[in-house]
Amino acid sequence: MRRFALIAVPYLWLLVLFLVPFIIVLKISLSDIALAIPPYTPTLDLSAGWEGLRAFFAALDLENFWFLTTDDLYWKAYLSSLQIAALSTLLALLVGYPIAYGMAQAPDEWRPTLMMLVILPFWTSFLIRVYSWMGILSKEGFLNQFLLWTGLVSEPLEILNTNTAVYIGIVYTYLPFMILPIYAALEKLDSALLEAAEDLGCSRITAFWLITVPLSKSGIIAGCFLVFIPALGEFVIPALLGGSDTLMIGKVLWEEFFSNRDWPVASAVAVILLMILIVPIILFQRNEQKQREAEGP
Amino acid sequence: MKTYLLSAAASLALVAGMAQAQEVRVYNWSDYIDEDLLMQFEEETGLKLVYDVFDSNEVLETKMLAGGSGYDVVVPSGTFLQRQITAGAFQKLDKSKLPNLDNMWDVVTERTEQYDPGNEHAINYMWGTTGIGVNVGKVQEALGEDAPIDSWSLVFEPENMEKLAECGVHFLDAPAEMIPAALNYIGEDPDSHDPDVIAKAEDVFMPVRPHIQKFHSSEYINALANGDICVAVGWSGDVLQARDRAAEADNGVEIAYNAPNEGAQMWFDQMAIPVDAPNPDGAHKFLNFIMDAENMAAASNYVYYANGNKASQEHLVDDVINDPAIYPTPAALENLFTTTPYPARVQRVVTRLWTKIKSGT
Repeated sequence: MRRFALIAVPYLWLLVLFLVPFIIVLKISLSDIALAIPPYTPTLDLSAGWEGLRAFFAALDLENFWFLTTDDLYWKAYLSSLQIAALSTLLALLVGYPIAYGMAQAPDEWRPTLMMLVILPFWTSFLIRVYSWMGILSKEGFLNQFLLWTGLVSEPLEILNTNTAVYIGIVYTYLPFMILPIYAALEKLDSALLEAAEDLGCSRITAFWLITVPLSKSGIIAGCFLVFIPALGEFVIPALLGGSDTLMIGKVLWEEFFSNRDWPVASAVAVILLMILIVPIILFQRNEQKQREAEGP
Repeated sequence: MKTYLLSAAASLALVAGMAQAQEVRVYNWSDYIDEDLLMQFEEETGLKLVYDVFDSNEVLETKMLAGGSGYDVVVPSGTFLQRQITAGAFQKLDKSKLPNLDNMWDVVTERTEQYDPGNEHAINYMWGTTGIGVNVGKVQEALGEDAPIDSWSLVFEPENMEKLAECGVHFLDAPAEMIPAALNYIGEDPDSHDPDVIAKAEDVFMPVRPHIQKFHSSEYINALANGDICVAVGWSGDVLQARDRAAEADNGVEIAYNAPNEGAQMWFDQMAIPVDAPNPDGAHKFLNFIMDAENMAAASNYVYYANGNKASQEHLVDDVINDPAIYPTPAALENLFTTTPYPARVQRVVTRLWTKIKSGT
């Protein structure tokens, strides 16, 4: 009984925080736009009883999903988001892995401090951190002033309001999510394995590729998913750092919701985004499960 | 112990409820009031004022349509007000609680009637035009002494925009104002709801699009004042605030605003009370406070927007009441146009066109 209660807690969590909101969004995506509060129809009227319920379901249809196929804006935005998210994940991995590696190699007494430094930025609001990038990247910003001062460039670089700024913002924001799981994997690594490899004539670089990287695979995969999934639906970073031509699905969703006041189409866009995300989420789950099985009971 | 806790919780809830009743929550545009007035309101009425700001009608409208915003006074523009009234978002004003209604100016109330017949749901806060703000020195440097700063050709003709791109041009990120401006420029009805006519705006924007640095509705105030950009299509008072900030900074930047000759949009920001306002009584007190002649004049003197309050005019400072960029001459008033809200289907066409203009997709 106690065991059952323990299992029930995460499921209840999932039900309340994920399934119920998703069903509400799905329902709105099947509705029609209306000029009312709330701005869609039908709304569930339980007082009308059985007949009301039947009328309610009869009014739902897939029209909004069909609509999304009639305009190439949506597919272009999904593809562009996938591209930005994938490239950002790769960049975060390239930057994050050496940091995690360095942390794992550091003397024991340093590690808590280094860990702290990675987590520290979370103590400031995410929004303020993205805003401060505007100050760094703008034409008169710190970065350009520094580059002009060193003489590396003669004209200020145009970084803010371009896709480059979006990549910088995403990599910066999600870097800790890449570092922490890789660090966790590397920390567990048995150094005797590397010593054995060297004794057997492996160079340090070969040993790194043959032993360290494969053994940290689970951390790499976890880190990549933790960066890729939120980056795909990102709205704040492209809105603040991106330019007018930065096309991301989060911005399209915003326009459907706010400019068109079309909650049903906005919900349809969100449902499809979720379906795109479910594939990597399931892969992630499988990976976790496999790892648990490999580690044994 | 348990009963003690219960009664403590009950009294806490009671205190919270009372605090709620003594609070007035106002949601207004950013940079749009003299903040001394907010303190003055609290002193005069003993009510606590919670003052939040937004910078787009769309954000406000979404809050209104979702319901339960918790605000007592909100400030939509005319067309948005009209649509939200239709959606049932606002309550009728209790005019017996608003003796200062006598101060209002018929020139404005006649025009706001088209959005809110009988002005039953809202009072005018301020009004203005959508035109062009320029950094005079930089524009003349780029285009010569006779640069057409009082014409839409400044921003809609590619040969001008090519030369201005260097010093920076911002456009408002507000399709409901930018598209009518473009339609008006090519001689179409700015208030057209015909998708085929609206589509013609694309041909105005696309050739100048590469020379536009940014579409944004509030950043241009500082950008103009600092000299980061030289041209902004923007709202009258915002440009004049930039002029004022530049003058204060004494940085040699001279800003001018013009409602262009070809015609410019006139808009009205209206104060209304949401249907589910927690404190409608306090909301009426706030509206009446704002309609006081001296208070309204203080607000206009501070933000450089014209208001709809006749009695306030004698308290306005000279560079507000006598500036034709703020209070247009009767002849210039003839040149201004107003628009009506787009139906949902047309709105989608407008938003889609705007996305295409902004992103090229």
